[in-house]
Amino acid sequence: MNWQLLKSFRNPQIVKELSVILDNRIALVTGKLGRPPVLMEVCGTHTMAFSKTGIRSIVRDKIVLKSGPGCPVCVTAQTDIDMMIELAKCPGVILTTFGDMMRVPGSYSNLLEERAKGADVRVVYSPLDALKIAREFPNHEVVFLGIGFETTVPIIAMSIKEAVKQSLKNFSLFSVHKAAAPVISVLIKDQTLNIDGFILPGHVSVVIGESGFSFMAEETDIPAVIAGFDPVDLLQGLIMIIEMIVEEKKGVGNQYTRLVKPEGNQVAQQAIRNYFTEVTAEWRGIGSIPGSGLVLKEEYAGLDACRKFSVQAPPARKVKGCLCGEIIKGKATPFQCSLFDKACSPVTPVGPCMVSVEGTCSAYYNYDRGGNW
Amino acid sequence: MCLAVPSKVIELKGEYAAEIEYLGNRRDVSITLVPDVKQGDWVLVHAGFALEIIDEQYAAESLKLWREMNDELAIT
Amino acid sequence: MTERILLAHGDGGVLSHQLITGVFHKYLGNNQLNQLNDAAIVKSEHGSLAITTDSFVVKPVFFPGGNIGKLAVVGTVNDLAVVGAVPKYLTAGFIIEEGMLISQLEEIVKTMAATAHEAGVQVIAGDTKVVERGSADLVYINTTGIGFVPEGRNLAYSRIEAGNVIIINGSIGDHGLTIMSQRAGLEFITSLKSDCAPLNMQIEVLLQEFGDDIKFMRDPTRGGVATTIKEIATASGYDMLLAEDNLPINEVVAGMADMLGLDPLYLANEGKFLMIANKIAAKKIVEKINKFPGCSKAAIIGDVKTGKGNVFLKTAFGGTKILDLLVGEPLPRIC
Repeated sequence: MNWQLLKSFRNPQIVKELSVILDNRIALVTGKLGRPPVLMEVCGTHTMAFSKTGIRSIVRDKIVLKSGPGCPVCVTAQTDIDMMIELAKCPGVILTTFGDMMRVPGSYSNLLEERAKGADVRVVYSPLDALKIAREFPNHEVVFLGIGFETTVPIIAMSIKEAVKQSLKNFSLFSVHKAAAPVISVLIKDQTLNIDGFILPGHVSVVIGESGFSFMAEETDIPAVIAGFDPVDLLQGLIMIIEMIVEEKKGVGNQYTRLVKPEGNQVAQQAIRNYFTEVTAEWRGIGSIPGSGLVLKEEYAGLDACRKFSVQAPPARKVKGCLCGEIIKGKATPFQCSLFDKACSPVTPVGPCMVSVEGTCSAYYNYDRGGNW
Repeated sequence: MCLAVPSKVIELKGEYAAEIEYLGNRRDVSITLVPDVKQGDWVLVHAGFALEIIDEQYAAESLKLWREMNDELAIT
Repeated sequence: MTERILLAHGDGGVLSHQLITGVFHKYLGNNQLNQLNDAAIVKSEHGSLAITTDSFVVKPVFFPGGNIGKLAVVGTVNDLAVVGAVPKYLTAGFIIEEGMLISQLEEIVKTMAATAHEAGVQVIAGDTKVVERGSADLVYINTTGIGFVPEGRNLAYSRIEAGNVIIINGSIGDHGLTIMSQRAGLEFITSLKSDCAPLNMQIEVLLQEFGDDIKFMRDPTRGGVATTIKEIATASGYDMLLAEDNLPINEVVAGMADMLGLDPLYLANEGKFLMIANKIAAKKIVEKINKFPGCSKAAIIGDVKTGKGNVFLKTAFGGTKILDLLVGEPLPRIC
């Protein structure tokens, strides 16, 4: 293995040639369906990748590419942000978090503004950094905000293991971790959903394996492909899913074979099972989904910030008019939302679709508001 | 959620950590999720952890696939 | 506007602009100030004077490639140079934290002196204040710069025309990412270093040789190349098209940016200038820059077109994306 081989997945010449192949397949599927195919990518990082590489613009008039609820940051419920803020306000608490969370709006504020008001909120690259801070400041309570799907959960699990090993008394986790499969299951049960094919999250699949999405073959006729994030991966993923649509295949294909095994990473899966248990979770813009949240098991209650701290979030302030729930399911466009480009913009985001820098509404804000090239 | 980069394992540091390198940047990461990792392997790195070992054969096959598709298209 | 100042208000992006127009221009506004140029040019019967001021609050104070002192000279000298002035004098005000080692302060001042000498400027006035421990991250420095604009030189938004090209003198994102990589908790071992360097000598050579072929210049500091070009596009009313293939980015910068989920186009540069120039002279300008010592990556990175002030990036894969002002400080992501 060498960098040259891996770098090939970013090779513009290969991408160019794949685009020609993709065009050929698009012609086939458009002929068959009588319209362009409608695809949904279910991963915030895929949304970013399509935009950053410009591939979204290349396929713009040939494929309808929708962004699904796969951004764990953006779907974090307002009330969960409110709780994080209350924790941050507790005297002596050092709140540690991934950078992504800083601007996500709660009912009244966000972590960035709370830091400005004096809360000790620190951005970390890894949960291990949070453990380090806990060791460095034994007289402070260090709370780590756990966000992310199954890509990140095993990492948090191993960090909890480390915390136990080090007998850290001043460390705890506020978990808003979510599982990817349940929300996809909700989507595919929606009879009014107009999606011809799914692009599934590559790195979640690294952990849960192809088998983690095997339920799709049983629950729907809509095909899906697990794809990686480099430009060649994106194009191969699009080609594969379109071929499946043309051939009327169902089930899950795997484009990301160099990292996604049929059974996934079993060590990582075991780590999740050892430390976490499934609960009902609230998804911004969608609502409650049973079995979609991951919180620490009872035996680790001492490391669970929810149980360690008795804080209550203020009553949630609902914002009327946010259409993210419908937009996420591909049933509405940002232009149909009364808040779009008024109360809701990248600087003052309301729903997840705008919170994510590359969410559907953010993307429309940048691309479709009078930009022609 | 899925922001991760492929990195080369430069040196194993005991049972639980390894030094990895990506385009000239080096860092220690935890290898507790990839206990079978060896020096010289390439791994996917996310939030300070190696998440999985990259399979060279499958990588080469993926690239071979587009070449085959390309040739097929040229024929039609 | 938000109720309180956020760190993002200092990042050169959307919030910075809101603060400047909503507070500073509201009360202090005048023709000069409202133009948001890198330096103000004041005409008198003795010639044109360029004045600029900048405050330096970088943390950590010492970083690979320099320190806050070097930055304090370079930042202000470059702001003068990009408006076409010959920098001559600086003032320097220091706000020093109680408890700072004098040896550290000496190191910083020594570097300032060396950099000032290199740039051919003199520090002719200064001030020192000490504040309580915990107040100034070791030291903050403000420098005001004065330069003289030779007769007939006019670098202005109004001189930009459709068909012009955009040139940069070297790799992007180096300074911003160097500072980011030094943050507590990131702990990378890397060869990344700041690009901070005085550009006035080089810019003077170029202006003298290429004269009117050079229309406008800015230095892309906070907010990065993308934000600066967006500001130029908005102020001039033209569309700007950048080509990702032509952006000079050091591999180690690209690597660190990938690992942290950051974009070099939005990270600060302290030894770079963006130049809008006539297309016919552009190739020769780039060749000239690449002959300067230490320079090899100057390139034409984009075109100016008739439009509405939008900025587009043609990606290496043939797609296009819109670039807007930076929204919020760049932070390491996992998503």
